[in-house]
Amino acid sequence: MTEDSVITDEMKAAIGVESEPSVYEIEKEPIRRWAESIGDPNPLYRDEEYARSKGYRSIIAPPGFMAQYAFPVKAGGGRRSFQSPFTRMLNGGNDYEFFKPIQSGDTISATNKLAEIRERTGSMGKMLIIINETTFKNQDGEIVAKARSTGISY
Amino acid sequence: MAEQLYFEDVQEGTEVTPLAKNATTQQLVRWAGASGDFYQIHYDKDFALGNNLPGLIIHGALKSAWLGQLVGDWAGNEGIIKSYGCSYRGMDIPNDALTCKGVVTKKHVEGNEHIVECDIWLENSKGEKTTPGTAVVVLPSKS
Repeated sequence: MTEDSVITDEMKAAIGVESEPSVYEIEKEPIRRWAESIGDPNPLYRDEEYARSKGYRSIIAPPGFMAQYAFPVKAGGGRRSFQSPFTRMLNGGNDYEFFKPIQSGDTISATNKLAEIRERTGSMGKMLIIINETTFKNQDGEIVAKARSTGISY
Repeated sequence: MAEQLYFEDVQEGTEVTPLAKNATTQQLVRWAGASGDFYQIHYDKDFALGNNLPGLIIHGALKSAWLGQLVGDWAGNEGIIKSYGCSYRGMDIPNDALTCKGVVTKKHVEGNEHIVECDIWLENSKGEKTTPGTAVVVLPSKS
């Protein structure tokens, strides 16, 4: 079992190390464009007056909106801190926990850490299972959400 | 929009109102643009084939976003999604009639929160559950 482990000391050292934050300014148009791209007509994600009538300050981000934080335009944290020996990557799963709504006008800071790394041999050969955890805070320092993603590097 | 769902309206076994999806390749490109995920397996067929894939595949996180829509639509705009997640067990392809589904597994009250737990999943046109997951929502109560 231990022969030819692809888990390096570099990977082990990366576990639990919190990244620098990536900062996202949440704006209406990207939320609307997101809702449009998944085909979700809910006015909470499009119509400011409607969102206010439901007690929000502005339109809010839909739950799946979290996925885009994995791809910051303005690079901050969230970059992988180790080299995988494999070049191909598949998304194994996403889990989200929400504590407060993310609303247009918020500034969200996301910090990321490698939570766990395992190796497995599957139908496509050896692979690394990489579990990342991201914590999202708003401009008041409140945790608004947590995300856990499972990546398969093969 | 559907009428608001209340805690009292659901029991263990209650079905989450299904949501039909069928992605065109254009939708995959739109989503790539909105999310920033430009991995070529989702829009460049030659690249996908070169990665031992059967062709273009749907982004896992787009399927997750659809499941978020499923739960959000069902819980209504007075409901709150506390958590949800899914695993991408099987690949899904564009131009296939997909359905997001779910069923209530548990309901309970914690403090003043009326909590409903569900199994959720996406299934393909063959009825295979490619993307199983769970969700926890808080519904308003009539009491």
